[in-house]
Amino acid sequence: MARVLIRGGRLLDPAAGRDEAADLLLQDGRVAAVGRGMEAQGAEQVDASGCWVMPGFVDLHAHLREPGQEYKEDIASGGRAAVAGGFTSVACMANTAPVNDDPAVTDYILDRARQDSPARIYPIAAATKGLRGEVMSEMSALVDAGAVAFSDDGKTIMDSGVQRRVLEYSRLVERPVMVHAEDCGLVRGGVVNEGAVSTRLGLPGNPAVAEVVHVARDLMLAELTGAHLHVAHVSTAGAVELLREARARGVHVTAEVTPHHLALSDEAALGYDANTKMAPPLRSAADVAACQQGLADGVLDAIATDHAPHAVHEKEVEFTAAPPGVIGFETALAVVLELVRAGRLTPLQLAAALSSNPARILQLEAGRLARGDPGDVTLVDPERRWRYDPAKGHSKSRNSPWAGREFTGRVVVTLVAGELVFHADRGVLHP
Amino acid sequence: MQRGLLGIEGMERADIELVLETAFHMKEVGQRDVKKVPTLRGRSIINLFFEPSTRTRTSFEIAGKRLSADVINFSSSASSLSKSESILDTAKTLDAMDPDAVVVRHQVAGVPKRIADELAAPVINAGDGAHEHPTQALLDLMTVVEEKGRVDGLCVAIIGDIAHSRVARSNIHGFLTMGAEVRVAGPPTMIPARVEALGVKAARSLREALDGADVVMALRIQGERLSGAAFPSIREYAATFGLDRAKLRFAQDDAIVMHPGPVNRGVELSHDLADRRPSVILDQVRNGVALRMAVLYLQAGRRARAQEPR
Ligand SMILES: [Zn+2]
Repeated sequence: MARVLIRGGRLLDPAAGRDEAADLLLQDGRVAAVGRGMEAQGAEQVDASGCWVMPGFVDLHAHLREPGQEYKEDIASGGRAAVAGGFTSVACMANTAPVNDDPAVTDYILDRARQDSPARIYPIAAATKGLRGEVMSEMSALVDAGAVAFSDDGKTIMDSGVQRRVLEYSRLVERPVMVHAEDCGLVRGGVVNEGAVSTRLGLPGNPAVAEVVHVARDLMLAELTGAHLHVAHVSTAGAVELLREARARGVHVTAEVTPHHLALSDEAALGYDANTKMAPPLRSAADVAACQQGLADGVLDAIATDHAPHAVHEKEVEFTAAPPGVIGFETALAVVLELVRAGRLTPLQLAAALSSNPARILQLEAGRLARGDPGDVTLVDPERRWRYDPAKGHSKSRNSPWAGREFTGRVVVTLVAGELVFHADRGVLHP
Repeated sequence: MQRGLLGIEGMERADIELVLETAFHMKEVGQRDVKKVPTLRGRSIINLFFEPSTRTRTSFEIAGKRLSADVINFSSSASSLSKSESILDTAKTLDAMDPDAVVVRHQVAGVPKRIADELAAPVINAGDGAHEHPTQALLDLMTVVEEKGRVDGLCVAIIGDIAHSRVARSNIHGFLTMGAEVRVAGPPTMIPARVEALGVKAARSLREALDGADVVMALRIQGERLSGAAFPSIREYAATFGLDRAKLRFAQDDAIVMHPGPVNRGVELSHDLADRRPSVILDQVRNGVALRMAVLYLQAGRRARAQEPR
């Protein structure tokens, strides 16, 4: 098997606390050596000068739409978009058609991934059958089939008794239960953050408290059951505070935040662009600041894209009728790099939030670059300027709030299992 | 004058004054024996109504016809969802007909703006969801100018379902831009979040809102909310926020009462208040035609002039 020597870069290995100039030798799909001034006869050379050499990014929350909605995305296109954004491992949500609540669907996803995806794909199974929030799914069989976590994402388990049982039972398989925390009764058709913006726009508001109330409930149930609760796409200052307190009490809880909730406030929706419609919605500037602080403090563990492809015609409708969500793989790094440039995060913290932390949450062998670890590597040029055009991206969909945006910093090389799968000048390199 | 009329928010005071001035001229036209002028002959105006509204559509239609424009009505109660035709498809289809102005009413906020983004012709918002209803606010300003001789320095109280009212939003922006003070009052469940950010004062009671007001505007409680959960009962609403002559005593002696219509009698306004002074509801309706003539003239007429050979 080919050997690859990545030379002259700045190695960021958060799991080992390493931030230093170092070369990386990959062999047989794994890290063979880490050190300075390495030579390797016959190895393919990758010049990493000026670049950050990071563990391949791990996205613990994406929607790949296969099976059932292949017109939006499929595992092949989603996998290509992922590696183009530096993501070498992607966990995909269960709200497909059919729902991934059956080992046969989990098998199918993994089979398609083996054939067509340059990124490693990890299915998340439904927490309840049909995402109906009533009867829990066959967690043990699903884990045996390869599911790494459980989630009814896109929906919320409103019945507290069902949520308690889901959490309790998940201890059998020792896998996280990922929650989309929004109290449906409080959301009540709200499509933008409730506040000055919803009032100006005349659109139904979704109050921050809809998230906070639900996070409070689930933290109490996690504490009661001892299960691993993972809170998806945290968007409010209130939820960050509750998570901070729960962590201090020793509750087994982890949390993620999306690039859009870290970078955009509800004012982005002032032009009624449906590509600014998310669930949960973009929140106030104070909420954005609290999410950034939560990430810096480690209260929020991971950055997850919540990559949610939708076709153009689905977004070109009334704001209230448009499906929520945006694509995110190919812009994630560039968007969150601005937090490093603003001094809110160190490069090592950024690397942890994108790789080692999400890998730990999902118990994946990923997100680290010591000798013997998988050869999943992402090279980032923090100074490279580029302009994002969703039409030229690898996703089948284009629903991004960052279309046409100038960024500084981008993923330039991605390797999975020691194989070059993306190069910024050559595109996705996958059969 | 800005191209198109999507909302009062952000509209310059001078532009509002120009519209009102033009509307007063148009009102004179409406008082002649022959009410029709040839100003927009050969121009076409499309009324695109996704939400049924006989009153506003008729008002625009009469306004267009008095200016001799060809008025084409498109009505569709179905949203683009059920027709599987996107808003932008609709807009592009209209654009191909090369109208001189398009009047849009839709039940969802923001749709006129999205259509305007795609159209060459100016778009006039005839009401979008709970967002704006700019011609209503302009005709209300016109009526107040007629009654009071000015807007500057007046105190305006807007009463009722502020949260779901496009009339409230447009009037708030309009009255504030023209120099009035605006207060709002209604059941707390019908006051939108951070309403003060619009520049108004949120009064804690009807009495506080009315205290010294020169203009009192009651909003219509939409039919679907009469049975909703935003207030306990119609009887309770009428008792707490319904206006009658006794409650009106808190306002200035010469205060006028306005309502965008149609009135739920005995709910927003007592029977006798709906029909007689100080309510000016019929003047509002009359001014509606003149005001919409002014808007159509300033929007469709301008494009027509621009197309004439030099
Ligand atoms: Zn979600």
